[in-house]
Amino acid sequence: MSTLVVIEVEDGRVELVSRETLTFARAFEAPVAALVLSATVPDGVLADCAEQGVEVVYALSGAPAAYAPAAWATATEAALAASGADTVLAGGTPRGLEVLAHVAARRAVRMAANVTSVVAEGPLRVVRQVVGGAALEEMELPDALRVVAVAGHAVEAVPAAIPGAAALTSLDAPASEADLRAVVARVQERAGGDASALANASVVVGAGRGAGGPDGFASVDALAARLGGVVGVSRVVTSLGWRPHHEQVGQTGSRISPDVYLPCGISGAIQHWAGCQSSKVIIAVNTDPDAPMVTKATYAVIGDMHEVLPAVLTELG
Amino acid sequence: MNVLVCIKRVPDASGEVTLTPDGLSVDGRYSGWTMSAHEEAAVELAVQLADASDGSVTVLTLGTQDAVEQLRSALSVGASDGVLIEADNPDQYGPTDIAAAIADVVRAREAAGTAYDVILLGNDAADTGDFQVGIRLAYALDRPVVTGVQTGSLAGDRAELHAEGATGTDVYDVALPLVATVLEGGVSPRYPSVMGRMKAKKAPVETVAAPADPMGSGRVALSVPPAPDSTVTILGEGPGAAPALVATLRELGVLR
Repeated sequence: MSTLVVIEVEDGRVELVSRETLTFARAFEAPVAALVLSATVPDGVLADCAEQGVEVVYALSGAPAAYAPAAWATATEAALAASGADTVLAGGTPRGLEVLAHVAARRAVRMAANVTSVVAEGPLRVVRQVVGGAALEEMELPDALRVVAVAGHAVEAVPAAIPGAAALTSLDAPASEADLRAVVARVQERAGGDASALANASVVVGAGRGAGGPDGFASVDALAARLGGVVGVSRVVTSLGWRPHHEQVGQTGSRISPDVYLPCGISGAIQHWAGCQSSKVIIAVNTDPDAPMVTKATYAVIGDMHEVLPAVLTELG
Repeated sequence: MNVLVCIKRVPDASGEVTLTPDGLSVDGRYSGWTMSAHEEAAVELAVQLADASDGSVTVLTLGTQDAVEQLRSALSVGASDGVLIEADNPDQYGPTDIAAAIADVVRAREAAGTAYDVILLGNDAADTGDFQVGIRLAYALDRPVVTGVQTGSLAGDRAELHAEGATGTDVYDVALPLVATVLEGGVSPRYPSVMGRMKAKKAPVETVAAPADPMGSGRVALSVPPAPDSTVTILGEGPGAAPALVATLRELGVLR
């Protein structure tokens, strides 16, 4: 048996959550194969796969240039047949979840989303986050094919002890007419915003209700720019229309794992914590010393972000 | 054109989460109940699409009689009628069971003369976070499905749906009938008016029995991880703490 991982590509490399999922896949102690969810397979992707111990890298020949989720489910089924895998994984990204759900629906098998660890084999039992990360569920997957979406940043991507061959193998899996009923007809580029930049940022400056209004983000933007970071906001900020949804961190937004997260004026409700708990260091700025974001932080400054951040910017020069 | 929107009664998890004595469900008695955030957006989008095409919105849920509260909430903001697929223990119904139960209602209504060209669901439920009921429903009904939709419009027998992609907005042009799952952030759910609340009280809600013998969700146990003890280091108060904060950033190596 082997384990198949559906991986995504970003800037010519294997995207971070996909690399984490490749690391996760090694827990199954079976050879790991990967299917690249992209029309082309850059050399950097093969190098990253080798580092992660992947033996076979499947590339779809004649892959449609435009993204069609059902077509990629067909490709995944072909890769399952070619590899003989009994487990298929993907990162818990919109596309990873979508392609896996198509596969699970076609095969009439269970699918586990937001998975953080494997508890037992035979039958497979996994732990997954539910209720926005406030609770953990142990779930059993008794089917012959196990479909698992791994929560973003549940594990750290670490190279395999022994690199894999990462042998590029072409896969022929033409999409059916039904597969192409829902295809991305075009992409409207977002002005000045890239959701993946937030998910992959090493520094994130966050802002919540404490910003006070749509005009309250000047020092947040300035600090993010000064630190080479990205702005992330809480749900209330996007619900009130102060900032666009793609900047939201949390259960219904992006999951981040920066080296440093600076949440300013964010109370830290579970909804937000679900998206930022993988941050390595958290420096909270908040007027309330008892706010969950302060008590869960590594460091905190007790004060009004509108007073603290300008002073920090002055100090930085 | 008729739109069906599927919602779920979920515990309000903004506060502390407690479990039922059997450890298999979240106990919402203290926290209260609500509708998943994505589904509030789905209801709003459903109302917008129906209004633009002189159609109506049916709201559906699978749950106990208590879930009628969430149906009324959707009825107060523009849905016309409701369907409760009644299940005594909805937690025993997994994504496959729920999709099959919804598909049964859609087929029955179609046979009775009401076809739903658009079926909307939330992207994922706030409690179970399964990310799959909409896709399983699409397969059960042999329809195309788009996930993560934020806004949309109808033109003849096609829909243009906008979903949030990594670098921009993915635009889908899909033939009806279709299934779509909705992500919050594209449309702003409206507040119910007094008129809306009055209308919701009188709106018809059909109750149908959930299929017997669900295959289940695979849930073995639930647990609430204990909150770790706080280990926060307070760097100071007010703007006077700026030097300490900058020194910390320097120590962490994030200053360029």
